[in-house]
Amino acid sequence: MSENTAAGAPASGETSVEVDAATAATSDALLSVEGLERHFDGVRAVDGVSFTVAPHEVVSIIGPNGSGKTTTLNLVSGALRAGAGTISLEGRRIDHADPARIAEEGVARTFQNGRVFATLSVRDNVEVGLHSTLTASRPFRRLSRLFLLRWIPLLGELFIAIIGTPASRREQKQIDARVESEVQRFEARLGPRRDDPAYSLSYANRRRTEIARALALQPKLLLLDEPTAGMNQSETAEVLEQLLQLKADGQAILLVEHKLDLVMTVSDRVIVMDGGRIIAEGAPQTVRHDPAVIEAYLGRRRGLGGATDDVVASAAPADETPAATTGDAATGEDEA
Amino acid sequence: MLDTLIAGLLRGNIYALGAVGISLVFGVMNVVNFAQFSFFGLGAMLAWFGIVKLGLPFWLALPLVLVMCAGFGLLTNVAVVRPLAKYLPLAAMLSTFAVSQILDNASQVAFGANFRAFPKVLPTSNFRVGNLAFGTSDLVMLGITIVVMVTMSLFLKYGRIGRAIRATSQDQEAALQVGIPVAGVQHVSFVIASALGGLAGVFIALYVGVANPSSGLETGLVAFVAATLGGLGSLVGAVIGGFVLGVLEAFGIHFFGDTAREIIVFAVLIIVLIVRPGGLLGRVPLISSEPLTGTFLGRGRPFRIPKWVWPIALVIAAVVVPLVGGDYVLTTGTQVLIYATIGAGFTLTAGQAGVLALGQAGPIAIGAYSSALLTTVVHLPFWVALPVSGLIAAIIASILSSPIWGVKGHYISIATLGVGTVIVAVIQLVFPQGIYGIPFPDWFGTPLTSPLAYYLIDLGVLVITLVVMWRIRRSHLGKVIASVGSDETAAVASGVRARDYKALAFAVSAFFAGVGGSLLAHQYTYIDPTIFTTLMSLLVVTIVIMGGVNLPYGAVLGSIVLIGAMELLRFTPELRIIVYGLVLILVVRFRPGGLLVRNS
Repeated sequence: MSENTAAGAPASGETSVEVDAATAATSDALLSVEGLERHFDGVRAVDGVSFTVAPHEVVSIIGPNGSGKTTTLNLVSGALRAGAGTISLEGRRIDHADPARIAEEGVARTFQNGRVFATLSVRDNVEVGLHSTLTASRPFRRLSRLFLLRWIPLLGELFIAIIGTPASRREQKQIDARVESEVQRFEARLGPRRDDPAYSLSYANRRRTEIARALALQPKLLLLDEPTAGMNQSETAEVLEQLLQLKADGQAILLVEHKLDLVMTVSDRVIVMDGGRIIAEGAPQTVRHDPAVIEAYLGRRRGLGGATDDVVASAAPADETPAATTGDAATGEDEA
Repeated sequence: MLDTLIAGLLRGNIYALGAVGISLVFGVMNVVNFAQFSFFGLGAMLAWFGIVKLGLPFWLALPLVLVMCAGFGLLTNVAVVRPLAKYLPLAAMLSTFAVSQILDNASQVAFGANFRAFPKVLPTSNFRVGNLAFGTSDLVMLGITIVVMVTMSLFLKYGRIGRAIRATSQDQEAALQVGIPVAGVQHVSFVIASALGGLAGVFIALYVGVANPSSGLETGLVAFVAATLGGLGSLVGAVIGGFVLGVLEAFGIHFFGDTAREIIVFAVLIIVLIVRPGGLLGRVPLISSEPLTGTFLGRGRPFRIPKWVWPIALVIAAVVVPLVGGDYVLTTGTQVLIYATIGAGFTLTAGQAGVLALGQAGPIAIGAYSSALLTTVVHLPFWVALPVSGLIAAIIASILSSPIWGVKGHYISIATLGVGTVIVAVIQLVFPQGIYGIPFPDWFGTPLTSPLAYYLIDLGVLVITLVVMWRIRRSHLGKVIASVGSDETAAVASGVRARDYKALAFAVSAFFAGVGGSLLAHQYTYIDPTIFTTLMSLLVVTIVIMGGVNLPYGAVLGSIVLIGAMELLRFTPELRIIVYGLVLILVVRFRPGGLLVRNS
């Protein structure tokens, strides 16, 4: 990894600082990924990927379609099982945990095309996001991972639902208040629709609902998979603002995104993937000038690297269009 | 041993033909086609009619039957399935069930319900190898099947339409985009499937020697299981599934007797689905596809019911009906109430958790038998036996279905169908005779024998059920269960253990099914396994879909329509089921989300 970075880095003082920071972060990293691999029928979608995300850090993964970004995200969130490698959250291994457990550990995510609970209202969508933070509504929830004994918390939840306890009624009030505060994050857009079923929302509002639901988990790490895919410029700018707000609040984010302007503005660090490997990593400005990155996005460079800055920036929108329209419906994997 | 194998292959041959048809239609329409089942019975009856009544030679009757079945199949698709499939695959599936009911009963009206001896058109035991006897008939059947299969696979691989069929089954939208006439492809698939069904039906009649209009459901279910076993949509899988089931079934009957037949068929299915959730040759995507913009079809909003409706409805049900209605109305009303209770409980599984379980007859039967045994053998009072039998039903059904909650899509429905069928088959094995003399409920020593008393008990149970369902829906738990039904992948990513909540929803539904079964047992005072059929399971499903699959009170309306209104046609049983089918089709056509849901 560091070899890649060093080889691909132009002569600039920033790089070595970045590498040092990254190495230092490994010891107390929030997320630490080591030698991650995942193959689909012989295609190496993710092929030995290692990186870290520090607490309060915003890290973006960019790269051409099919480079393994979404698969990496799916592996971290547990939606897919890794073929090899380790994933640790605050030093604890999560690569063998099921996705629900990973969510409980504090990793929330959104999906490439936006998955909302279509028949539930916006508020109920967000309330489901709170699920893993509840205590009084979920008695004995520590047993919920154990064979057979999991029926104790399940029946407990059933009892709470039908009869209820004073504590659960108090918690329901807190739930309502927290749902309200998450909806207010997008008040102008979601506010008037808070009681509408999600299937009736516009595409952008579904994405907002999804982000609100993910944030309701109060995640340590937020995984965003192309949060602006299919959005127009003003909607993208709105998302950017919200991301900057989250960043200011100290939310750690791992972002997969094609729109380089947004990535460059919001990220502390950028990881560039191609063919399932990390080909460059570093501060946004450094990565932007990296010859390996330019080659991955545009093919082999012929002339001198004078105009690369503009070239990379303009390459991005052209690259993002197919992502928005062809997201492989069969597997949800653009790599497959 | 060898003769058992041969018998298995002959049966498997029939299942394979049927399964190929089911798989073909599923591939191009994504609809499980119950109407296919009817063509087994219909094919046999038409052939019988042609040969015996019209005196046609077999070789002329056979193609005629195939053409007629193909015609009916085309009609089914043009008139019912295709217009409805665009609303909701679920609705289309139900409408195919309605069509199958109509076809079965029309055939019964036309040919009579009796078993008819099918003529021996070909010798059945004119060859002998060792001590193994077989006939021209068997060779002809196997020969025709092989020819059909080879032709089919060549047609699908090289034929213009065949390739269009394959393209359509891989991606309907894309096929449409490149100019494939998808509607035509679907018609052709239906025609082929129906003709194959008719052919299989003639073969059954040849093989068994009798023809009966209602024999389709039984064979159809096995063919359906065979298609699932192979992987829905995979034709090679369907053939393999058909032969595997035929052989296993033959050995099962050989070693354990005929009662073991269903248990073996469905046990095989459930095991295969647990090990390979997409069937033997099917594939399940690693991550279910993400819903793209505009794909949420058929999700209307329920009508708002003003608050004053509830007390009025309660007064009508509790005061007006008992005062005005006689014993007949009250007895019918009791049935309506029991099915409403079962249906209201079932909305949690079918509507909220999104699992369209097709085997509710299983927990209903457990409840009925538990209650019957608890009151006749242990001599517990009815009032104790009622909730206890609900609990027993919930526990047993939950244990039996615990391995299937990881199964996805249509397969989970079929797995629940399997669990339900196995439960009833096991009960039949243990209590082949049925149970007599189940006592009436009593009130401090006074037996409550009048229809009025029983009506009021059931009304009380229904009201409690509705209150419980209402409480669950409004709670955090209700929202969590609904999130699982809406998008399981997203629910899991939000920290919701989807499998557990599906299991819990099913346990609650099974509890109310068991309570309903107990009520039925004490009303009938006699139960036997023939009451708890697949038709009963499908009736429960139609009741909740008719009202609105997500609405407990919708089940009450569905029950009033399907149990109460159908009672009006009791004097003409065949017509009754035909009307039932038509009502179902009309509801699905004009109210795809249910009667109480506004069209979106």
